[in-house]
Order: sequence, then structure tokens, then C-alpha cells
Amino acid sequence: MVSLLDIIGPVMVGPSSSHTAGACRIGLLARGLVGGTFDRAHIELHGSFARTGEGHGTDKAIIGGLLGFRPDDDRLRTALDIAEKEGLTFSFENTTISDDAHPNTVRITLDRAHRHHSLIGESIGAGRIRIIEIDGYPTEINGSHHTIVLVAEDITGSIARIATLLADDGVNIATLRLSRHQRGGDAFMVIEVDEAPGEQVRDDLRKLPWVRWTHRLDKVSA
Amino acid sequence: MYRALADAIRDAEAQGKTLSQVALEAESADQARPISEIRDALHRALVVMRGAVEQGVVGDLKSASGLVGGDAAKLMASSHGPLSNTLFRDVLARALAVQEVNAAMGVIVAAPTAGGAGVLPAVLTGIATARGIGEDALVSALATAGLIGAVVAERASLSGAEGGCQAETGAAAGMAAGAATEMLGGTPSQVGHAVALAQQATLGLICDPLGGLVELPCVFRNATGAAIAMAAIEMALAGVTFAIPADEVIDVMGEIGREMDVRYRETAGGGLAATPTGRRLARQRLVQIKRSDA
Repeated sequence: MVSLLDIIGPVMVGPSSSHTAGACRIGLLARGLVGGTFDRAHIELHGSFARTGEGHGTDKAIIGGLLGFRPDDDRLRTALDIAEKEGLTFSFENTTISDDAHPNTVRITLDRAHRHHSLIGESIGAGRIRIIEIDGYPTEINGSHHTIVLVAEDITGSIARIATLLADDGVNIATLRLSRHQRGGDAFMVIEVDEAPGEQVRDDLRKLPWVRWTHRLDKVSA
Repeated sequence: MYRALADAIRDAEAQGKTLSQVALEAESADQARPISEIRDALHRALVVMRGAVEQGVVGDLKSASGLVGGDAAKLMASSHGPLSNTLFRDVLARALAVQEVNAAMGVIVAAPTAGGAGVLPAVLTGIATARGIGEDALVSALATAGLIGAVVAERASLSGAEGGCQAETGAAAGMAAGAATEMLGGTPSQVGHAVALAQQATLGLICDPLGGLVELPCVFRNATGAAIAMAAIEMALAGVTFAIPADEVIDVMGEIGREMDVRYRETAGGGLAATPTGRRLARQRLVQIKRSDA
């Protein structure tokens, strides 16, 4: 369903809704994976992102998103300088992610303290985005909900436990998707929720002994 | 939201309402949000649009590649052309201004996209300033523009990569033409004719940006897109009708987009981007961008 506010919007730093606003949104979601600003980031650009990214400020927009700037924040223009001044390490590489990858695809790999995560995101037009892979697990996240991602041992009843825990904390689940890694027994869960879950939810989830890690990706679009 | 402009026009006429009213009611029902909240969001967009116009006409902006910038100010200062010191000239300059801000990584409203973001603010704020039209009427006009854009998104496309420039500045011209026609007192059916008149004029328009950057010809296509919208508004308000309904013109735009060779859909593989000069400039400017970043 098309909304008037999708058409008259988003408010954004130019010049391209896909190469700038969408790129920033992918950066924002990646920031959520490590729970804050990275120490080290490696960014691999594919297709049109690689070919015309610099002229569109795609590099600045991704780093800006990783710093927590939203698509309408004019600090995006100087995001590379800001990151350098803060002593952060980042590198860019042009690559081919796969032959049939979307023309605007990026893989972002982040280190923050002991955390190491990566994701692949696509910018699919008019500022809309899709995260298609996290740490090698296929997924689909579009950033229109607050999203909890977690990796847990694949034990019986884990979904029920998590659903109950969220309900007890007053969080309503919009969607829940589960995928398993081919290489091991871990389960990867993506839970889209209606309201922003608080710190309590994260702390409660982390107390479950079979939850390996969990993070909250805040919503990035209407 | 409506999938056909004809349905919205029929409802508006049957209920004695404007298209902006029926569009806001449909949006309110779809999103379960009060109309006042939607109007507030549209007003925030209007404020950003106006800010981009004001920033752009000053003329001290430079794009990433240096290919565009300063032309809005040039147009504002000129007294040579047949349109000098007219509302029409003002609208052209405003369209350039917003796109120059966009190319310089300034803040704009993607309406419908960043590449076509100059047309709607230029036409609406240009006319409103000249005629002393207030905020509420401008916000309503944005709702009508959103309705038209939503119909285009549903029936055709709003992406240059999918449908060429006819889907970006062409759609923007249709949105601006319809919105301003309502703002100036046109009937819902006149709004429909304005959309058809504007959109038909951009059928087949390819997306061929140099180096793939939203700069050249995009900045200028926004000015000419605004000119097409102005022509459509003038005709529609005079009672000129276009025999093919807007929905069918939009359908044809979608069909042409689907048939369009990939070289003409934002890939910089054809059109102006692939001319000898286009290739040379893109090569030079991209090198320049790398240097300025280093």
C-alpha cells in the first residue's frame, strides 16, 4: 500500500534516494548489530554503489549511518572527517558480491570491542532498503519496524520462551522469522515488534543461557 | 490509497470535495492516523522544500563533481530573457535551486524522488509566493500531489532505473500540475486534465545522467519539468481538456518504461551520458571527486 508520505518524502540529504538515503539507512541498521559506534569497519560496495557511489556520497552516507546519523542529518556531508577525527578505522573496497546481486548492494563488517558482525544490504529505490544477510544467515529486514535479532542454540521451546518474555515486557510481536545456519545447530531469529523494546528486554534475553547474542535494530523508515 | 485518479475524481465530485480532501481521508483510513497528523507531516515537508529553494537561489553551492551549481542565481539575476521578472522565470529558478542543493548534499524532500525533487517545490512555492497563497492551501496541494504520485507508483513507476526520467521528473511534473491546478481553484476534473497534459509531454523521456550522478541533465530536467507543469496548469484552468484520461497516460508511461532499453534507465550507458563529451566529462569529474576526497 502506497502512503502519501512515501511519495512526499523522505526528507533527506541529497543527491540520491537510493545511493544516499538508502545507504545511510543500511548503515544505521548495521550500527544496531554492534550496539553502537564501530572501532573498525570494512565496507564492500557492489555494482552501481561501487561505480557511482563516490559521486553520490554513498561512502559518507554509510559511515554517517554507522555513526548514528539519520538520512536528513546534514552531518552526513562530513561523516568521513568526523569518523577520522574520532579515531575510527574504516576502509572501502569495490567488489562483486554475486553475479545476481541487486545493483545497489553493500556488505558491512564491523568490530566493536569483542563484537564482530557483518551484514549485506540492498538499496531498492526511493530510499527503501532490505537487509538480506546477517553473519551469513539469510534474512529479510526492511527497517520499517523495530527489530530484535538474536542467535540461540536450537533448543525445543525456545520460541515460546522468547515470545513469553517479550509479552511479559509488554512488547507486541509483529512478525517472527527463524532460520538455521547450515554449518551448525544455531538458530537465527528476526523478531519485528510494534514499539521500541527497552533495555530490560535486551537484558532479559541475554540472561537466557542458550541465547548467544542479541541486538536491537531500530526502525529507519516510516 | 486510490489506484486510479478517475476513482478519486469521481468520489470528490460526488461528495462535493476537493481531491486533497479525499486523498487525506483515504490516507487516514489506510494508515489509521488522524488527518491532522498527516497534514503536520506534510507541513514539515513543505518547510524543508522552502528551505531548499531559499538556500539554492543564493548560488554559492557546488556539486560533488563541479558539473552543476550557480545557475539558479544566474537565472534570478538575468533581465535578458522573455520571461525575466515573471512568475514563470521564478519557478524555473526555484527548480534549479532545489536540485543544486540536492547535488551539493543539501537537505531536500524526495518528492517523488531526489532526482525529481525540484519540480514540486518550484511550482507550488513559486505560485504561492506570487499569489499570496497561505500554508493550509499549500499543505492541501501536497496531499493532492501525493495522491497523484501514489497512483503513478501503483500503475507505472517512480524510479528512473525502472522507467526512465518520465517516471521521475515526468511524474513530478504531473504531480505539480495537478496540485497547483487544485490550489488555484481548479475542479477535480481539471486536475485530472492537468496531470494528463503534463505527463503526456514527458512520455519517452530517458534517464541518462553523466557518470550516473544526479546532476546533469537532472538539474535542468527539473526546470523544464516545471515549465511543462506550468503549461499544463495554464491550459487546464482555461478549460482545455485532454481526451486521453490521466490514468491511461500513466499506464502508457509505465509500458514505455518497461520497454525502455536498460541503457536509458539510470545506468549511464546511453543518451547524454554516452555522448563523447558526456563520457569525457564524467571521466574527468569522477577523477576530480576522488582527488578532492583524498
